[in-house]
Amino acid sequence: MTITALDAPPLSALDALEAEAIHVMREIAGERERPALLFSGGKDSIVLLRLAEKAFRPGAFPFPVMHVDTGHNFPEVTEYRDRRIAELGERLIVASVQDSIDAGRVTDVTGPRSSRNRLQTVTLLDAIAEHKLDACIGGARRDEERSRAKERIVSLRDDFGGWDPRAQRPEVWDLYNARVRPGEHVRVFPISNWTELDVWRYVAREGLELPSIYFAHERSVFERDGMLYADDPLIERLPGEEPFTTSVRYRTVGDMTCTGAVRSEAVTMEQVVEEIAATRITERGETRADDRATEAAMEDRKREGYF
Amino acid sequence: MEAGALLDHDAPALLRLATLGSVDDGKSTLIGRLLHDTRQIADDQLEHVRDVSSRRGGGTLDLALLTDGLRAEREQGITIDVAYRSFLTPRRRFILADCPGHEQYTRNMVTGASTADATVLLVDARQGVVAQTRRHLAIAELLRVPHVLVAVNKMDLVDWSEARFNEIADELRALADGLGLPDLVCVPISALDGTGVVEPAGVAAPWHEGPSLVTRLEDLPIDGADAHGPLRLPVQWVIRPEGEHGGGRRYAGRIARGTVRVGDDVVALPSGQEAVVTAVELLGEDFDAAAAPRSVSIGLDRELDLSRGDVLCRVGEAPVPARELTATLCWMHERPLQPGARLLLKHGARTTRAIVGEIRERLELETLTPVAAPDGLGLNDLGHVTLRVADPLVADPYSECRETGAFVLIDDQDHATLAAGMIISAG
Repeated sequence: MTITALDAPPLSALDALEAEAIHVMREIAGERERPALLFSGGKDSIVLLRLAEKAFRPGAFPFPVMHVDTGHNFPEVTEYRDRRIAELGERLIVASVQDSIDAGRVTDVTGPRSSRNRLQTVTLLDAIAEHKLDACIGGARRDEERSRAKERIVSLRDDFGGWDPRAQRPEVWDLYNARVRPGEHVRVFPISNWTELDVWRYVAREGLELPSIYFAHERSVFERDGMLYADDPLIERLPGEEPFTTSVRYRTVGDMTCTGAVRSEAVTMEQVVEEIAATRITERGETRADDRATEAAMEDRKREGYF
Repeated sequence: MEAGALLDHDAPALLRLATLGSVDDGKSTLIGRLLHDTRQIADDQLEHVRDVSSRRGGGTLDLALLTDGLRAEREQGITIDVAYRSFLTPRRRFILADCPGHEQYTRNMVTGASTADATVLLVDARQGVVAQTRRHLAIAELLRVPHVLVAVNKMDLVDWSEARFNEIADELRALADGLGLPDLVCVPISALDGTGVVEPAGVAAPWHEGPSLVTRLEDLPIDGADAHGPLRLPVQWVIRPEGEHGGGRRYAGRIARGTVRVGDDVVALPSGQEAVVTAVELLGEDFDAAAAPRSVSIGLDRELDLSRGDVLCRVGEAPVPARELTATLCWMHERPLQPGARLLLKHGARTTRAIVGEIRERLELETLTPVAAPDGLGLNDLGHVTLRVADPLVADPYSECRETGAFVLIDDQDHATLAAGMIISAG
């Protein structure tokens, strides 16, 4: 039997962050009728699944898991998703961007620099409407990006799915206001206060499995704008972009068309964490083309209803 | 740090920090400095700041761009909203709530201070104590932030004068005494060049024997006051396991105060039903006991009629559930508060209807002195009110426990968060 320190706080940072995240999830389960947990297959949403287990086991999750599938996923991640959800015995909703395209809701983008990243927003908002969701729990963190640093843990979206940074509800103590009017919903970020390093430490502590692409592997890639992209039929190469094979790993996991790999030899968790601690570049700056578009790229997409 | 140490998840404790300052006292520069000198700013972020600074025609690096994340803030050169930043030193993990000083200052300061273990309050060495400083001290006292540090900034502009520093520190201590704030720590710094921030001021201020600001922050005791005192465990969620392996119900919640142990005789409030704790667990892991602020799942020796919002207390330590409250409010909405208002009140995991009785007085922001409030409470006002609630609350005075003494008021129609409340007495 493990003994929790009786009267010996302080808690370790991870214990404190975990307690906060579990509390947030349970509040949403208690206050909202129809939440869902957004799962991308990335390390942050894998941590969310573990936190949901801690919050609700031995019961079932009081919400389905939802994946917004661009159709441009890494196969390793889709395989991981299906296996992990089956292990957990929870319900998976897949909201497909391809379906949105086939239904004429959005127009697919083509060409060498095309990405379905922005199309996801329509698919997500349609899925929220279809399943009448009033809360979406996501794995965004405040250290990822400037506008996220200002966002509440429980963040209101209007009936267009938009975020109004100037009309945020004050968030005091741990008293979250998750109330919504018809058509509105809240986005909920239980790991807001975690950093990339906290996430890796937690993954290590909990012994969580990650999709294999997080660790160094040989891959055929090509270079564009200083980033390494997978050499895959889904990404049209430009003249002069010659593929070559090298050892890489992924630092974030998103749509294959906008997620870059980094050169790495790190095959163990210790080696990955060592690299992260030593790196001088943020994960989104290094590996996400979607954030590089403009000075306020993330804020603008969030106003439209993005994750 | 070694990789092994990096994965050593038990090592650093978490300190929640709020920085309070007014427009020109260099708060953004200090935060930029803290992040930069503890190596939290990545090259691409710095590159971005350089880029934007030069495009705006500014010659110097504007570190405020690191924290001002919203388009409107960058366009107008102001900070609108509380921003949360993380930084890590070898000894501690910090979450810093950066509270803007001018726009909506009371609302923002209360928000940042509500969760803070410590505040760093900035004073410009040339200006000394100004009206804002008094307000910041008052908010820190009102919110019962355990530790208050004052960074006397821009010391380079007063030639690192010992006399000037002492003059400011003495005035601050007198103010703190008047407010009943415990030991106030003052640290001389220059955020612009970093002197006194991470490293001690050294030759710049040979008269100052104290450690640097960051060392002070690393040394602050995290006393875990909430882990002591009577048990308060608000039930957030009742877990009903499916199938034979799940066993009985678990009652899930975050311990707001005290410690829960297997074998404790507990009483569920407001029903008054009693039971014995048979399990303290999380995802199949069993504990003998757990203290605030952990999130746990509790097993009891019998099934009680317990639902969300009810509170588990130890038998003999349970308060009488209260229907009448006297409280201090910080009003956070453009619509003013009038006596007789019908609102929702959220306390712990309970949301109940509430009616505002009288608005007894408004508090002067600098001294917390009560004055008459004939017009009710407006945006950013503090005041004393009485409230009546529909469902009895298991509440403590805020002076005894921040977690069980705090509440928010919510508009019943549009669900806006209207006010932060601190209980003075509950009966």
